[in-house]
Amino acid sequence: MSALTFLIVAVIKIAVTLGVLLTVVAYTVWLERKVVGRMQNRWGPSRVGPFGLLQPLADGIKFLLKEDLTPPYVEKNIYLLAPGLALIMALTSIAMVPIGPVIHLFGITTPVQITGVVDKFGQASDINVGILIVLGITSLGVYGIALAGWSSNSKYSLLGSLRASAQMVSYEVSLGLSLVGVLLMSSTLSLSGIVHAQLGTWFGFIPQWFIFKGQFVAFFIYMMAAFAETNRIPFDLPEAETELVAGYHTEYSAMKFAMFFMAEYANMVTVACIASVMFLGGWSGPPLPFLPLAVQAFLPLLWFSSKIFGFLFLYIWIRGTLPRFRYDQLMAFGWKFLFPLALANVVVTAFFVAFHAQWPGR
Amino acid sequence: MIPISYYLLLSAFLFACGVTGFLIKRNIITLFMSIELMLNGVNLSFIAFATRLQTLDGHIFVFFVMVVAAAEAAVGLAIIISVYRTRETLNVDRVNLLKL
Amino acid sequence: MHLFLFLLFGGICAGGAVNLLIQRKTINSALSLIVVMGSLALIYLLLGAEFVAVVQVIIYAGAIMVLYIFVIMLLNAGEEEQAKGSNVAKIFGIPGLFAGGIIGIWVLLQHRPAEQGVKIGALYGPADQVGWMLFNKYLLAFEVTSILVLIAIMGAVVLARRGNN
Repeated sequence: MSALTFLIVAVIKIAVTLGVLLTVVAYTVWLERKVVGRMQNRWGPSRVGPFGLLQPLADGIKFLLKEDLTPPYVEKNIYLLAPGLALIMALTSIAMVPIGPVIHLFGITTPVQITGVVDKFGQASDINVGILIVLGITSLGVYGIALAGWSSNSKYSLLGSLRASAQMVSYEVSLGLSLVGVLLMSSTLSLSGIVHAQLGTWFGFIPQWFIFKGQFVAFFIYMMAAFAETNRIPFDLPEAETELVAGYHTEYSAMKFAMFFMAEYANMVTVACIASVMFLGGWSGPPLPFLPLAVQAFLPLLWFSSKIFGFLFLYIWIRGTLPRFRYDQLMAFGWKFLFPLALANVVVTAFFVAFHAQWPGR
Repeated sequence: MIPISYYLLLSAFLFACGVTGFLIKRNIITLFMSIELMLNGVNLSFIAFATRLQTLDGHIFVFFVMVVAAAEAAVGLAIIISVYRTRETLNVDRVNLLKL
Repeated sequence: MHLFLFLLFGGICAGGAVNLLIQRKTINSALSLIVVMGSLALIYLLLGAEFVAVVQVIIYAGAIMVLYIFVIMLLNAGEEEQAKGSNVAKIFGIPGLFAGGIIGIWVLLQHRPAEQGVKIGALYGPADQVGWMLFNKYLLAFEVTSILVLIAIMGAVVLARRGNN
């Protein structure tokens, strides 16, 4: 593949992925309003278009046209920098996620992954430390929130951002440790390598995903930590509207507020992607031989998107169900329950992996 | 091909900036950040020499330096918070009495 | 290409370091230090040290600097008071700085045999090899470091806890 083709393919992949991601973000907002509405015996958005389907478009136009206020006495530069930082960090990590296997299209062979290439054996390969880069970008995402709250020069924002930074740093530890078990079992840090370690089935239909290979506890820890990391209910203390007005984005309006909003939902999508890659086999799934051949070709993308949809629905479901934690309960839960559990999971997994390496076939 | 001296030059520049910051700054948090800058400069020369000598030991050293920097930051910032609680200033020139 | 990337990130790095010195506000110094660390991570990538580059982002930029920003927010550290600069420093210091810098650059560029260059990926430091060395050759140092971190955690908790007296 020549350099020019490589460049064109990369740009097309970035454009398509970004477009799909932003559409998914917009329609997750619609889905959330609709599902939570039904759970609370309301209709949800229903006026703009059929089933309110054009509501995200109307919201976008509204955000663009609203007056963009900058309150006096803010730290101007940091105030303007923060929303962009939050959004960029949220959108970047999708580049590492393997969305599908190698595809052949118009005579070009390439994996459905922005950072993926085809090596000389025709196999998909990507960055060797992909999962660590995702964790690194996630850990940089906290700056957007922390700086937004600090630069707004408002008590509510400051309280929100102090809560957010403490919470995200604390839960990042459990998040990282919950993935260690999977990394030990797959013995690679590359995301497409992790997906390849989960191909294959038992008895022809039970897929060999890591969640079925004994990483169930890790999956639970990951989901809990991910809820805290994305500031969703029941861990949405940074923007608790009953105490802090809107937390760290109290002073933001119009498009700058929309950027925080989009960053939150893009983070949800990314976390769902990582969860499905690490624990649920990414784009792999049990074979469905009864489907027609044309559908078979799209099966990996179908599996992946249905997993993402499942996670997004879970987020919304939990939002409609659970109340908010108190702050000391949040910290105690993170440090006294999730963290020791994650450590225990690492130790037990390491023991089993070493046992298998020593006496294979047992 | 980049001569290794370029990397060392950048490393020395970062270290010199750290030293200068440590000498001319008065805010105790900025002093700590200058120390981090010095450590980063040293790390760069470790990595550059690891590449030059074709051995991974330099990477390991950087790893240890990072861990020590993390420990130092945790304890140092805790000290800063307790100093601020008792003296209500972050200016190192005002923290000159052993006893209040 | 390699030289261009090095000059770009090195320039950002040096600019961030200088900005740390000239900024009055603590938060701006902290942000420029984050820029320095990020561009250093990219320079490590140029040198083939991918694991160290990622760890640099996670530990330095993602953990240590968040702690700094947190403390700056907590103590609301605004502008710092400037000390009175002495005239001796201005008269002798600034020319001395230039002279020292020029001598340093001259010395470094004089001793430059052609084979001392490094290419992209001249040494490839993947995570598994770094880990292997860490748990074999440097196992004792690793364990001692873990004890150091444990002591640091306890020290931080004891220091930052509101005193009983």
